[in-house]
Amino acid sequence: MPAVGLFVTCLVDLFRPTVGFAAVRLLEDAGCTVAVPDGQTCCGQPAHNAGERGTARDLARRTIALFEGFDAVVVPSGSCAGMIRVHYPELLADDPEWAPRARRLAARTHELVSYLTDVLGVAAVTARHDGAVTYHDSCSGLRELGIREQPRRLLASVAGLELREMADTGACCGFGGTFCVKYPDISDRMVADKAAAIAATGADTVLAGDLGCLLNIAGKLSRDGSPIAVRHVAEVLSGLAGGTPPIGART
Amino acid sequence: MQPSSRHFPENARRALADDRLRAMLDKSASGFRLRRRMAADRLPEFEALRDRGRDIKDHTLAHLDLYLERFEAQVRAAGGTVHWCADAAGARDAILAICRAAGAKTVTKGKSMIAEEIAINDHLEAHGLVPVETDLGEYIVQLRKEPPSHIIAPAFHVSKEQVAESFRAAHTALDPARPLDEPSALLAEARAMLRRRFHEADVGITGANLLIAETGQTVIVTNEGNGDLTQTLPPVHIVLASIEKVVPTPEDAATVLRLLARSATGQEFSAYTTFSAGPRRAADPDGPRAFHVVLLDNGRSALMDTEFREVLRCIRCGACMNHCPVYGAVGGHAYGWVYPGPLGAVLDPALIGLAEAKHLPNASTFCGRCEEVCPMRIPLPAMMRHWRRREAEQGLQPAVTRRGLALWAWFARRPALYHAAARLAARLLRRLARRSGTLAMLPGAGGWTRHRDLPAPEGRTFRELWAERRTGDGP
Ligand code: SF4
Repeated sequence: MPAVGLFVTCLVDLFRPTVGFAAVRLLEDAGCTVAVPDGQTCCGQPAHNAGERGTARDLARRTIALFEGFDAVVVPSGSCAGMIRVHYPELLADDPEWAPRARRLAARTHELVSYLTDVLGVAAVTARHDGAVTYHDSCSGLRELGIREQPRRLLASVAGLELREMADTGACCGFGGTFCVKYPDISDRMVADKAAAIAATGADTVLAGDLGCLLNIAGKLSRDGSPIAVRHVAEVLSGLAGGTPPIGART
Repeated sequence: MQPSSRHFPENARRALADDRLRAMLDKSASGFRLRRRMAADRLPEFEALRDRGRDIKDHTLAHLDLYLERFEAQVRAAGGTVHWCADAAGARDAILAICRAAGAKTVTKGKSMIAEEIAINDHLEAHGLVPVETDLGEYIVQLRKEPPSHIIAPAFHVSKEQVAESFRAAHTALDPARPLDEPSALLAEARAMLRRRFHEADVGITGANLLIAETGQTVIVTNEGNGDLTQTLPPVHIVLASIEKVVPTPEDAATVLRLLARSATGQEFSAYTTFSAGPRRAADPDGPRAFHVVLLDNGRSALMDTEFREVLRCIRCGACMNHCPVYGAVGGHAYGWVYPGPLGAVLDPALIGLAEAKHLPNASTFCGRCEEVCPMRIPLPAMMRHWRRREAEQGLQPAVTRRGLALWAWFARRPALYHAAARLAARLLRRLARRSGTLAMLPGAGGWTRHRDLPAPEGRTFRELWAERRTGDGP
């Protein structure tokens, strides 16, 4: 039984706790024991991408110290998982004490769906979801971590679910952390293109593995008055989608 | 060209409002992307070739002085002259001096981004010479009095209808009844105009895609053949190149050329690949009487010992901009200087200063597509982040960004407070949204809500619900 430390991520904690519970359900169903270490805050990515290296290094060290006792660290976000897997080792490369610890943690840190499929070998889930969904590949998950087939494989096992691919599934949605508020007009063009690609599939729900992209897409669809539902892929895979309204939906 | 990079947000807004531009950007970029994909798929060793290209360039950069000296010695042995120029002004002076010594009036020009970098056309015009662009795209933007908007397709942003308008305005002898609807008709019209110019020219200036140290050759690739006419017809040929264009051997050049055409236009090879080595020899049927290479540094050697060194591997294929969603949204002119797109976001701050160009490395989502397609495997997003770091270190960030980040970081180091703040925000935002599920406006969040609603949180944080579940009174 692997002991998994769940890194919740700031956005899931604040905006979408259902994703955290979906992750726990999926991990427990796959035979893991899940702990959520107290004291976790942010992986440091906003600081890293703003060029605030000192802050990013501090937060990296905190996260490493908190999570290095687990067999695996699982993150329901490609972008935060990418931060730990790809960027921690380079951030701390010149620190003789922390560099090896960063590398060790990086090797044991996984995005949720990738952990279930690539590491635990999960090939199917037991959930049911009636409807047509389309799946957006978020940038870090796709290009930093190579996550593309994994969520599709699991979605294929969901009873009642039909996957309709949108054009250019890996085109950026325009979120980009602080990019979307620093350059709102450019971001708007990107998310408008994404929303159009989603709508063109005729799917009733759009899924992705990153809450940043999902909030951006949901916000745009809502502004446009679109009825398309927006959810984290884990909600559907865990069967928890039925219990919570979609992101940004009227209650 | 006067940089306007500091006005990137306004430039971008103007571009986003231009529907004609949008249609052209979509059309041009998607064509380039598709053709590159097909070319890469057709060549099983494409990925291995990228590794080789990167290694060749890394090796050359590690011994740059050696290869440049070897290149110069070979050019001299072939009867040519190499002019070493530290900066743009030096290169402009060198070119003007060569033109004057030749008594030149008309100067034909092949496509060269270095020519844009040193703004040679303005300089020649200011001194009474007439520069004529012979690349069709360059010719079009010259008529429109615009800079190029793309490094391999200068008129990337111009529709064929707009080209026809420019031709009718400039070619006054053109019969108004003659149709100019088809690209081939436009090409024929440009050819007819340019042919005369080729014969009038006293000096021809071309760029160089590569310089070969072992043989002293300069290499250009074109699809129109204009480069050949530019460099063989006039009595004087000037090659304008930056120092990082050198590779050791003809075999290395072949590797780079195979990557270049596929990454740029999706061709296996460009229509014309031309090697030049010195002026006409006694037995040659044609060619220039004098051959000059103007070698420009302009800040490049200063990058050698920095975290930006790898950008010197760039072979100017344009793939990064063709695949960049930001470039695709705003086009090349918004970047406000010679090199747009992800390449420009890394190179421009080095060449025109971070204070002028600081928006460029910030205007990226780090989506990573540029790095994914760059034939030279340049880690463009990481380098943009390096610029952001320098920006932070030099205190160039806007004060609100700096203060916002500092406040957030203070909380992020204090888990109890961080969670308390999250709990508060989750409740507050939920309350404000009421049953609608989203917020259309939020004080201080205008950047988000200008174009999007803010989805409301569920109302309680994961961490508090998790704590309750463990004590038995949660979900
Ligand atoms: S950075 Fe890479 S992709 Fe962009 S122009 Fe240079 S070689 Fe091509």
